[in-house]
Amino acid sequence: MSSGGTANGGAADGGPDGGAASGASGARDAEAYRDLEAISRRGRLHVIETVAHSGAGHVGGPLSAMDLLVALYFRILRIRPDEPHWPERDRFVMSKGHSAIALYTILALRGYFPVEELLTFDHAESRLQGHPDVTRLPGLDASTGSLGQGMSVALGMAMGIRRRGMDAHVWALLGDGELQEGQVWEAVPVAAKYGLGNLTAIVDRNGMQQYGWPLRPNEDHRGDRADPWAGLDVRGALEALGWRVLEIDGHDFAAILGAAADARSATGGDVPTAILARTVKGRGFSVTEGVSEWHSRVATADEVAAARRELAGDPP
Amino acid sequence: MTRPLRDVWADTLIELAGTNPDLLVLDGDLGTSTRADRFATAHPDRFIQMGIAEQNLVGTAVGLASLGFVPWLSSFTVFFTHRAVDQVRMSVAQTHANVKIGAAYAGLQTGFTGKTHMDVEDLAIMRAMPGMTVLAPGDATECAATIRWATETDGPVYLRLGRDGGPDLFGPDYRFEPGRVLRLREGRDVLLVSTGQQTARCVEAAALLAADGVDAGLVHVPSIKPVDAAALAEAAAAVPLVVTAEEHSVFGGLGGLVAEIVSSHAPRRVERIGIEDTWGESAPNAWLLDRHGLTPERVADRVQRTLHAE
Repeated sequence: MSSGGTANGGAADGGPDGGAASGASGARDAEAYRDLEAISRRGRLHVIETVAHSGAGHVGGPLSAMDLLVALYFRILRIRPDEPHWPERDRFVMSKGHSAIALYTILALRGYFPVEELLTFDHAESRLQGHPDVTRLPGLDASTGSLGQGMSVALGMAMGIRRRGMDAHVWALLGDGELQEGQVWEAVPVAAKYGLGNLTAIVDRNGMQQYGWPLRPNEDHRGDRADPWAGLDVRGALEALGWRVLEIDGHDFAAILGAAADARSATGGDVPTAILARTVKGRGFSVTEGVSEWHSRVATADEVAAARRELAGDPP
Repeated sequence: MTRPLRDVWADTLIELAGTNPDLLVLDGDLGTSTRADRFATAHPDRFIQMGIAEQNLVGTAVGLASLGFVPWLSSFTVFFTHRAVDQVRMSVAQTHANVKIGAAYAGLQTGFTGKTHMDVEDLAIMRAMPGMTVLAPGDATECAATIRWATETDGPVYLRLGRDGGPDLFGPDYRFEPGRVLRLREGRDVLLVSTGQQTARCVEAAALLAADGVDAGLVHVPSIKPVDAAALAEAAAAVPLVVTAEEHSVFGGLGGLVAEIVSSHAPRRVERIGIEDTWGESAPNAWLLDRHGLTPERVADRVQRTLHAE
């Protein structure tokens, strides 16, 4: 395997418009990101339609992560959709594997496979399994679904990339609820110990999860669905364990691209980067935005029609 | 006397790393017990200490394997098959990752660690995982051969390593083949089937039985998965009674495997010797082997009693 690759070259082999750094440092005017916003709208509609078509799946988490994924796949990652196993590529690990449909949507829009294939999501023998299966779908770098595991796999990739002398970067996307998994906190100090500046963990902090804490002790109904760690100093914890932490609005493309460029610039350094991205569950569709039931609800025909009215076509 | 399999593991990897630049050893802070410390001394640049964090140990290996490395993992059996079993299942087995699990302190003989570390459920758990190769070598020669084979062969391997030594079974011409079962002795009255270092005790048991006029055959199964089921069925079909013996629970390990094969292809009685439905305890090896019926004398006695009960 050869070493080298594109040093400090932005998305020379990746994004269609040539570089995260230039995009982030340029005008923060929303006009600069109209293309990304259009892709996000399309992606969100695909998620709602696909889950409705399959009759199962998650919606809230995929929509909260959508802008992050669009930024990654269309500006940040150094990838070759027509050569998914390109050895020098950046790696991306969707550690919050239950948001698989968001990743599939973006892979399709980015050209890894036909958009029509999204309709096979969850179907028997589909490459688009309920949780990502690296053995089935080229373009995936890891199988995920049991939370916390993707972080360790990403760590191993970053370690391996270093050993191969490559300058690729590894990006893992975690949910904020996923931070409750102990394995994440096994991986965090080890990544710091081995100085993996080529590893970035992005946390989709939508602040909600399937159940949450009980509203009151002894109460026999569902919890508040709020992330029980929401009030904890996650930034402080990560920093104490040797990571660099950036906090951004996970729906602001300028902020996402700026943080990603910052993380990329640390590739050769010895401190891994965490990007805590504040997001809204169900973001981008008035029916789902901020509504906890949409963690894994399926849209009705009327709701799909409403989504099409809101999201089809270019951004307003 | 064969060398402890943990020593064989480390020494074989030291040798293989000399010619295989992709071979790595990842340790879960048990290297002085598993003998990974020897590897660390010989190849410090290929040794990665991962700390007391087995879930991350396993996941990290999957990432390294995706870059073409061949990571061998060092920890105790129980921490792979229980503590990190979800990681072994989803990240390793389901992706057919090229990760090699060196499961040290397997079976009953765990150096007085007792119930927490004595893992006699590992074969049942690991052989239930699709695509997982499960190996339990019987002596140093076979152990080294399985390590060479596993290092050269793509895909996940679970290797059961005894802590201590035992009698030698095989000569220098031994060659490992996945799935192969080895017929070590012919016999008409009963077929003994064993795995790992229990086989050496079954060799002795067969000799004791012969002295008492019982003609016992013996088949050694170093490859729990895959396994040559036809060969096992054929051997079983030639005798009225099959007796399995293993340093493992009577549920789901070699005994379960043989019972599955025999009931389908050559129905006859299968008596399973192993740890009954109970937890382990810290005690001397000899005491534990006797307590669970695995000494040569106890195996021979169990065969005699079963034969006479029929």
